[in-house]
Amino acid sequence: MTDAADPLAREIRGPSPQQMLKSRALSHKGLIFGMSVVVLLVLVALLAPVLAPHDPYEQSLMTRMVPPVFMGGTWEHPLGTDHLGRDYLSRLIYGARVSLMIGAIAALISGVIGTAMGVAAGYFGGKVDAFVMFLINVRLAMPVVLVALAVVAILGGSLTVVICVLGLLLWDRFAVVMRASTLQISRRDYIAAAQVIGASTPRILLTEIMPNVVNNLIVIVTLEMAHAILLEAALSFLGLGVQPPTPSWGLMVSEGKNMMLFEPWLVLIPGVVLFVLVLAINLMGDGLRDVTAPEGRS
Amino acid sequence: MSNILTLDHVQKTYSVKQGLFGKRKPLRAVNDVTLSMRKGEVLGLVGESGCGKSTLAKLLLGLEKPTAGDVLVEGRKMQDLDRRSLAGRLQPIFQDPYSSLNPRKSIYDLISLPLRVHRIGDAASQRKAVEEVLDVVGLPARVINTYPSQMSGGQRQRVAIARALVMRPEIVICDEPTSALDVSVQSQILNLLGDLRRDFGLTYLFISHDLAVVEHLATRVAVMYLGRIVEEAPVADLFERPRHPYTRALLSSVLTPDPTQGVPETALGTAYPNPIDPPSGCAFHPRCPFATAHCAAQAPRPLQTDAGLVECHLHDPESPIYAEDAA
Ligand SMILES: Nc1ncnc2c1ncn2[C@@H]1O[C@H](COP(=O)(O)OP(=O)(O)O)[C@@H](O)[C@H]1O
Ligand SMILES: [Mg+2]
Repeated sequence: MTDAADPLAREIRGPSPQQMLKSRALSHKGLIFGMSVVVLLVLVALLAPVLAPHDPYEQSLMTRMVPPVFMGGTWEHPLGTDHLGRDYLSRLIYGARVSLMIGAIAALISGVIGTAMGVAAGYFGGKVDAFVMFLINVRLAMPVVLVALAVVAILGGSLTVVICVLGLLLWDRFAVVMRASTLQISRRDYIAAAQVIGASTPRILLTEIMPNVVNNLIVIVTLEMAHAILLEAALSFLGLGVQPPTPSWGLMVSEGKNMMLFEPWLVLIPGVVLFVLVLAINLMGDGLRDVTAPEGRS
Repeated sequence: MSNILTLDHVQKTYSVKQGLFGKRKPLRAVNDVTLSMRKGEVLGLVGESGCGKSTLAKLLLGLEKPTAGDVLVEGRKMQDLDRRSLAGRLQPIFQDPYSSLNPRKSIYDLISLPLRVHRIGDAASQRKAVEEVLDVVGLPARVINTYPSQMSGGQRQRVAIARALVMRPEIVICDEPTSALDVSVQSQILNLLGDLRRDFGLTYLFISHDLAVVEHLATRVAVMYLGRIVEEAPVADLFERPRHPYTRALLSSVLTPDPTQGVPETALGTAYPNPIDPPSGCAFHPRCPFATAHCAAQAPRPLQTDAGLVECHLHDPESPIYAEDAA
C-alpha cells in the first residue's frame, strides 16, 4: 500500500452539518409554509394592540352580528361583530394571544417535566426507569379531557388554571419519546468515551445526549403545542376554560354556536383560524424533524 | 517491568431475561479472570465474538463495576482513584468510529473534551494541544472545524485516537479498533497505533477476534473463551507452540487461505455455546477434538508455567488425561 493511494490524504468531503441543515430547511415546503404561518400569527399576537381595529371588549348593542365584508358587511367591521357587537377581527387577533400563549407555556411546562423524566429514565435505567415508567403509566391511565374538566370545574376556569392543568397533563409523550431516544443514544460509544474522560453526568446529559435528541424534542413540542391549543379551545367551548369576556377562539366558537344555522361565519371564522394554526404548527414540527434528522436518517 | 494494570479474580455477571416472561438468569460475561499488563507491552486479547472481550475492556476502563474481584491500577484499586488521574492514565479506542464520535460536535470539540473537562490549560494551549495531536495522528490542522459526518471511517478513527492521546495516557485500551474499517484502511490504522506506541511508550490492550491482526502488534497474547482466559503466552510462543486446543483451532483458521473468514468457525465444528447455559466441566469440551469424559465432568484449573498460562487438562500433570507430548 503506497502513500499516494492513501485515502486518508483525501480532502475532507461534503458540506458541514450546518450547511446541510440550511439547504434542507430551505427546500422543505411544509416547513417553510408552516413556519411562515406560525411566525405570522406570532407577530399578529404580539402586535395585537396595533393591528386590532377596535377594542376587543367594547360592546355595542346597536351593531350586533354585523356580517363580515364578504357576506355583505362593511369595512368598519371587516369580519363582522358578535352577539354583543364586539368587533370580530379584533377579538380574533387578541384570541391569537390566548391560543399561542397557552400552547407555548403548556408545552414548555410539560416539555420540561417530560424531558427531565424521559432523559433520566433512559440514561440511568434500572430503578429510575422503572419509577418513570410507573409515572407514565399512571398518567396514561388518566383521560386528559376528563381530568382537565374536573380540575377546572373545581378550581374555576381562568387562563392560569388552564395553562397549569394542561402543562401538568401533557408531558407523557415528552417522557416516552425522550426516554426512547435517550436510551438509544446512551448506548453510543461517545457516551462511554465521555464517561471514561470523566465528564460529569449533567455535562454528559446536556452536551452529549441533548444535542442528539433535541430534534425529536422539537417535534413533540410542536405536537403538544397544537394539542394544548385544541384542548384549550375545547375547554373554553365547554365553558370550563378561559372565561368570558377574554377573547379565546374556543370561546368564540362556543358563543357563536347558538347562531350557527343563521350566522355560520361566527363559528367558521375562529374554527378555520384554529385549524390553520394547528395545521401550521404540525407542518412546522414535521419539517423540523425532517431537516434536523442526523445524517444517514431521513 | 511492573504491572500497571491488573485484573484480580474479576467477575462480571449480567442478569439477562430470556423471552418476555422468562426468568432472569445470570450470564457470566467475564468469569474469574486474573490478568496483568506490564508497562510498555502490547497485550493482545483474542476470542470469538461474544466471549467477553468488550466486557473485560469496560471493566478495565471503569465503565462497568466488577461483580467480584478488583481492578488495580498500579497496585491501587480503581475505585480509590479519582476520575482525572484515571483519565490521564487510561483511554479507550472503540471499534466503531461512527459510534464513538458525537455527530453534533466539531473535531475540535471532540478532541479537546478531555482538556476542557479537566480544565487543563487555557483556550490557547488547548488549541495548540489539539493541533499537535492531530499532527501526531496524521490529520491536517484544518480539519479542526469540520464534523465527523464529513470524514471517512479511517479519518474518524484517527480523530478517536487523537482524543484518546490528548491527555497523554500511559495505557490505551483498543477494542477492535480496525474491525469496523475498510480493509484498505485497517493496516494504516494498525501502523499508526504501532508508531504511536513506539513514540510515546504506550501500553496497549489490543482486542481482536482475529489472531492475524494481533500478530503484528502484540508482544503477548491472551486467548479468551466464554469469559475465561484459556491461554496466555508471549506472541512468538503462542504462534509457534499453541497449547490449548482452542488456540490451535484459531490458528488453523488464520492459516486458511480464505481471507473472508472473519470469525474462525470451520475448524471448530459445532457452534459457539450459549453463554447463559455454559457447558459443564471445561467450557470448550463440546468443540474440542481431544475431549474426554473427564473434560465434561471437571473444569480445568489455570496452570501457570514458564511458557505462560494454559487452562486445559491435557497440560495439567495432575489430570488423568495429561499428555506429555501435548505440553
Ligand atoms: N449490558 C449487558 N447486559 C447483558 N448481557 C451483556 C451485556 N453486555 C454484554 N453482555 C453479554 O456478555 C457476553 C460478552 O459480551 P462482549 O463482552 O460484548 O463480547 P465480545 O466483545 O467478546 O464480543 C455476550 O454474551 C453478551 O451478550
Ligand atoms: Mg466486542
